Amino acid sequence: MTTVLQLQSLRKSFDRGGFWSKSDDRVAAVDAVSLTLKAGKTLAIVGESGSGKSTTARLAMRLLEPDHGEVHLLGHEITHLQGKALRAHRKNIQMVFQDPFASLNPRMKIVDTVGEGLRVHAANLSKKERVARVAEMLELCGVNPEVMQRYPHQFSGGQRQRIGIARALIVQPKVLVLDEPVSALDVSVQAQILNLLKSLQQAHGFAYLFISHDLSVVRHIADEVAIMFAGRIVEQGSAEAIFATPHHPYTINLLNSVPIAHPDARQPIDAVEVLADQEDVAQSGCAYRLRCASAQHDCATISAQALLAQQPCACIHPCIDE
Amino acid sequence: MLEVQGLTLQITVDGEPVRAVSNLSLNIQPGRVLALVGESGCGKSLTAQALLRLGEFQGVKKTSGKILLEGIDLDAMDRESLRKVRGGKISMIFQEPMTALNPVFSVGSQIVEVIRLHLDMNKQQALARAKQLLHDVGLQQVEQLLKQYPDSLSGGMRQRILIAMAMAGDPDYIIADEPTTALDVSVQKRMIHLLRNLQRKRNLGMLLVTHDFGLVAEMADDVAVMYAGEVIEYGAVADIFEAPSHPYTQALMQCRPEANREKHATLKVISGQVPAPGRWPSGCRFAPRCTKKIASCTQNDIALNCWQSPSGDSSISPSPHMARCLRVAELQ
Ligand SMILES: Nc1ncnc2c1ncn2[C@@H]1O[C@H](COP(=O)(O)OP(=O)(O)OP(=O)(O)O)[C@@H](O)[C@H]1O
Ligand SMILES: Nc1ncnc2c1ncn2[C@@H]1O[C@H](COP(=O)(O)OP(=O)(O)OP(=O)(O)O)[C@@H](O)[C@H]1O
Ligand SMILES: [Mg+2]
Ligand SMILES: [Mg+2]
Repeated sequence: MTTVLQLQSLRKSFDRGGFWSKSDDRVAAVDAVSLTLKAGKTLAIVGESGSGKSTTARLAMRLLEPDHGEVHLLGHEITHLQGKALRAHRKNIQMVFQDPFASLNPRMKIVDTVGEGLRVHAANLSKKERVARVAEMLELCGVNPEVMQRYPHQFSGGQRQRIGIARALIVQPKVLVLDEPVSALDVSVQAQILNLLKSLQQAHGFAYLFISHDLSVVRHIADEVAIMFAGRIVEQGSAEAIFATPHHPYTINLLNSVPIAHPDARQPIDAVEVLADQEDVAQSGCAYRLRCASAQHDCATISAQALLAQQPCACIHPCIDE
Repeated sequence: MLEVQGLTLQITVDGEPVRAVSNLSLNIQPGRVLALVGESGCGKSLTAQALLRLGEFQGVKKTSGKILLEGIDLDAMDRESLRKVRGGKISMIFQEPMTALNPVFSVGSQIVEVIRLHLDMNKQQALARAKQLLHDVGLQQVEQLLKQYPDSLSGGMRQRILIAMAMAGDPDYIIADEPTTALDVSVQKRMIHLLRNLQRKRNLGMLLVTHDFGLVAEMADDVAVMYAGEVIEYGAVADIFEAPSHPYTQALMQCRPEANREKHATLKVISGQVPAPGRWPSGCRFAPRCTKKIASCTQNDIALNCWQSPSGDSSISPSPHMARCLRVAELQ
């Protein structure tokens, strides 16, 4: 199977900013991130808020330039391309954003929003042809093409998200980057969008880089899963393996946080511990060790990155009991 | 008990008054959690706000019905008593935690203010209570925290502080509107456990507004399912999960990825969307989207009927199971 998107050892840091910050006070939002996305497959990135998921997505999209590492799209290195050269590749990778309310231009008609990519990437099309393609794509995404002269505010959240997907797919990209595409939606609308993504993938072979913090959604849609913590990938594998036999303590913690599906699964009230927030990230060794219940001495000195190069999980004391 | 009786709320759409909630009744009992669930736009937040007469500030008008707090009509209260009720008897935790704290005051001064508004305490006593509250919600280094400003805190810490503030006036009832949706998964779970613990320990009555069935499964004793401004099903949480009886509730439960465990299965969906206020069809409001509808469904208004006596041990689950569906008995 061909690789469509490859991220190699990406690093991106930002100034912490603020009046008091020193010039060297930079956080690595993403560090040593390597991922491979195959044609027609879905790779999910999961992790808590601030772990670097969106930054990874923006690096893949080349909306950001990495400090270090490489981005390969369909076999071409695009890491440092700019302007026109980059635009030529953009056709192959498109993005859908979390917030269906903020991501559409309120002053543009649906037909223009969805057709925008064609203006850039298929400039030879006549207006009539462009409108026909927009109608076709809206239909494919489950939006009645009759509404294309309307403005975004006249649509519900689910419809707007469909429009966002149509806008991204109209240039027929090979890769679609989806940053929390269903997080703002109701279960009923969420199910419609997930079905739409699945059927489009089956029919047209799109590959998805799918960012989400909802594990029941990830379990449903992903082929591969990468778990991120503090800017790094701590565990990676097939969706079956990650959900059936997670090894990294952080992954296990995350899986335990999934809301229960039935009231019978409730823990008795006295067994419920009220834990304090621990938001510490260790600056050396394993970043998770300050929160980890199974942390030991040597966790402070290991190189998680080196471990991950050898095994699917960046933990020196992984949980291997069944 | 906190009672809602026959509540009808009116909003303005394109200059026209339309009903957004109609003839809705609920009971919130001490020590019990009632979940109000349903899709976006069906009127959950409007209902929750009406319990504290908060909608009045946003052009929402109550055209009929009563809110009774221990038998006393909220409409009969003057401004001063109402101010005492808000936060003192009934507290609210809002949908957006980030906007509910004031950025220009320290955490300590905000909590102390709420305490002194509702409890007869001097500054020293109030400060001690503030520390205890922060401790109760699982926060550490409390002294330091009291001096901090909301901006310097994480989302999880802010949400804990909001919960502490909701408890500050020692209320009997809590109205929580999507208390965890803005938080990430790992923080969500801890927050759910925290709320459950406090609710049990203090025997609070709680109205939990959400569209997340995971949260309902974790917290609720009873569930009211809302659709297009009215309650269409009501019952004990176990009954709702085991035997959802309205076609809408059934369909909603079926949409969840958890209900479709088969890999690569197509998820069940509900076609169409919730009709906006002013566009409610006559008869059953869900009928246009319902796969089980028959001709008579759209003819007359349908009552919320008790169709099944409580299942299991009735001393634990005294809630009747009710549904607003003509075919409820035959469809089981
Ligand atoms: N443009 C920026 N300037 C400065 N810091 C940034 C910038 N973008 C991201 N960061 C920081 O990088 C870290 C990772 O952020 P990112 O948005 O990638 O996280 P995320 O995993 O997408 O989180 P969420 O689930 O909340 O969306 C955070 O600490 C964030 O504050
Ligand atoms: N102040 C208001 N003025 C006019 N219309 C309003 C007002 N508040 C809410 N509405 C409308 O009333 C309907 C019900 O809104 P409400 O906020 O109660 O929904 P909800 O069930 O809480 O949805 P969500 O799950 O999205 O929070 C919606 O159609 C909404 O647009
Ligand atoms: Mg993000
Ligand atoms: Mg709401």
